[in-house]
Amino acid sequence: MNGRRVRAIAVKEALQVWRDPRSLAVALLMPFMQLVLLGYGVSLDIKHVPLCVYDQEMSQQSRAVVDGFVSSGWFRLARALPNEAAIRTAMNRDQCSAVLVIPADFSRRLAMTGRATLQGIFDATDVNTTNIAMGYAAGATAQLQSTFEAKYAAAHGLTPSAVGSVDLEPSTWFNETLDSRNFIIPGVVAVILALVGAQLTSLTISREWERGTMEQLISTPVTTLELMAGKLTPYFVIGLADAAFCLGAAIFWFKVPFRGDVSTLFVTTALFILVVLGFGYLISVRVRSQLGASQIALLVTLLPTTLLSGYTFPLDQMPAPIRAISLVVYARYYVSILRGLFLKGSGLADLAAPLAGLCVSALIILWLAARAFHKRLD
Amino acid sequence: MNSSTPAVVVDRLTKTFDDFTAVDGITLTIGQGEVVGFIGPNGAGKSTTLRMLCGLLTPTAGRATVAGYDVAREPEKVRQNIGYMSQKFSLYGDLTVRENLRFFAGIYRVRREDLASRMEFAIRMAGLEGREDVQVTTLAGGWKQRLALGCAILHRPPILFLDEPTSGVEPEARRRFWDLIHELAADGVTILVSTHYMDEAEYCNRIALINQGRLIALGTPRALKGSRLGGQLVEIACAPLGRALARISAAAGVLDAAIFGDRLHVVVSEGGLDLGGLRQILADGGIQVGEARAVSPSLEDVFVRIVARKPDVPGAAA
Repeated sequence: MNGRRVRAIAVKEALQVWRDPRSLAVALLMPFMQLVLLGYGVSLDIKHVPLCVYDQEMSQQSRAVVDGFVSSGWFRLARALPNEAAIRTAMNRDQCSAVLVIPADFSRRLAMTGRATLQGIFDATDVNTTNIAMGYAAGATAQLQSTFEAKYAAAHGLTPSAVGSVDLEPSTWFNETLDSRNFIIPGVVAVILALVGAQLTSLTISREWERGTMEQLISTPVTTLELMAGKLTPYFVIGLADAAFCLGAAIFWFKVPFRGDVSTLFVTTALFILVVLGFGYLISVRVRSQLGASQIALLVTLLPTTLLSGYTFPLDQMPAPIRAISLVVYARYYVSILRGLFLKGSGLADLAAPLAGLCVSALIILWLAARAFHKRLD
Repeated sequence: MNSSTPAVVVDRLTKTFDDFTAVDGITLTIGQGEVVGFIGPNGAGKSTTLRMLCGLLTPTAGRATVAGYDVAREPEKVRQNIGYMSQKFSLYGDLTVRENLRFFAGIYRVRREDLASRMEFAIRMAGLEGREDVQVTTLAGGWKQRLALGCAILHRPPILFLDEPTSGVEPEARRRFWDLIHELAADGVTILVSTHYMDEAEYCNRIALINQGRLIALGTPRALKGSRLGGQLVEIACAPLGRALARISAAAGVLDAAIFGDRLHVVVSEGGLDLGGLRQILADGGIQVGEARAVSPSLEDVFVRIVARKPDVPGAAA
């Protein structure tokens, strides 16, 4: 590989990107727009779940229960229901996605046994929301429980710990504020870099074919490796800049805590960008029209990275065959590396598995990309 | 490549695409410093042959060496010794003149100490002084072609393959381009240039007539014009042309006849019919005859004549 040739190609490519509005837009505007869309648009937090209450008891105690739910901030009181039949109506009309039923003997049972049951009814049309709402309800109940336990213990002259029935509290690690943004944003950065990177290089070879400059280029002694190295260089710089922008926004704008090591972040990000650019280059070699190459690059990066990278949908919840497929979705390795770095402060040793995945992806993709190009017209 | 090796050796070179034979067993040897013209209509196989010689297409059969290297097995060695101008303009339109030159200089690893002088030479040769920083896409055709030639010779290749370098260029620029070709040839550069302009063939040391993938004649322009016709060429102004052609073709002593613009070109065997005889035949058929005179043949006459004759042995040995 000759440095002179690589440089000549890199300089030429940089000039072309600089003068091509479309490439510039992909390089600079796309990450920004996606960050806004994905960063703000995708949030798994559901606040103020509309709650209807059917209070059969109508006591001071039962009102305290309702207040406990509402004051948690997770629910807002939509309506008080007068009877059993009203529950179905309220659900059907989407007036609420959860109904809290307080039985008529709630206070009596609580006073006698220290235990009482609340009934929670959830609209399970949207499973995801329901799960979250159920989690919230469990949290609200647990808070109530501890208040009531303390009261009961005091009333019967016991210490709270002797009451026994301490339910499992839903506890959260790493994302103490239960803010899904902290979980989502690192994934968003990975998705954006995967999309933008593949878009950038998907045009680089197809542009030469489309404009007819390829025939001249391959009649020169330039080697396929020099061509690839030269062509990837300017996009690598752009990719690093895009990564710095996205990661900076994650830390300083979205305020996702960063607990890891900056040099580890740099090395892994650089490696990921190389993989992503190599993939776009591979597509560009295979598809000779710019439009086709960019469409294919979008298609084959967007769906797998959003669905199978673990960025929103947990991979360990997927059936084994799908999990197996996700092994080739190289973005998943970077998603876990970023999450580890951001939320857990993982070091290189902790990240060995996803890092190995990323390295293997880099080797395979760059090898394929280097081999795919032939200096021939037939 | 020492001075006695031929620059280009083509041996029964063949290229087929599916069931279409684009190049059909062409054999040809080009000595160092020669300017050889590939002449033939569009689609005759000129570009395909040149692309095989650059190592861009793999020959289906036969072989070729350029600068002593086999085009199929050592394409990279070949590429270090050639400059190539493809048929379609293929410089970077969004780059300036200087940026294009610098790019190709880098690709060909022109030594840094030579860079400035080579680029200056190319700019001067192309007549692009003062336009060094203009984006190439805004240049007129002739300038673009000369710049493309400039880019192809930056590394001083001993052999140049030029594929229809003057197509679509105004006549003045075409002549200027051929002056450049001859300047390069005077420096010892071997040049194989294709064109479909018959008049340009006159500028070549030797010409190879190509039709339907086959080499149908090879020789100096003078030799081809002198020997290939096999008779005397007569130009006759007459009307109507169609009937005249039918009548004269059937006449004894007429070797060939073809419509040439608004006239007939008729080849008569030496010592056969004279001008009077020809006029008589036409007049007897009720055809109006104007001027009739013996003319020296152009290459186009030769080409038409040879294509019509369909020789069983391509004139490779000529």
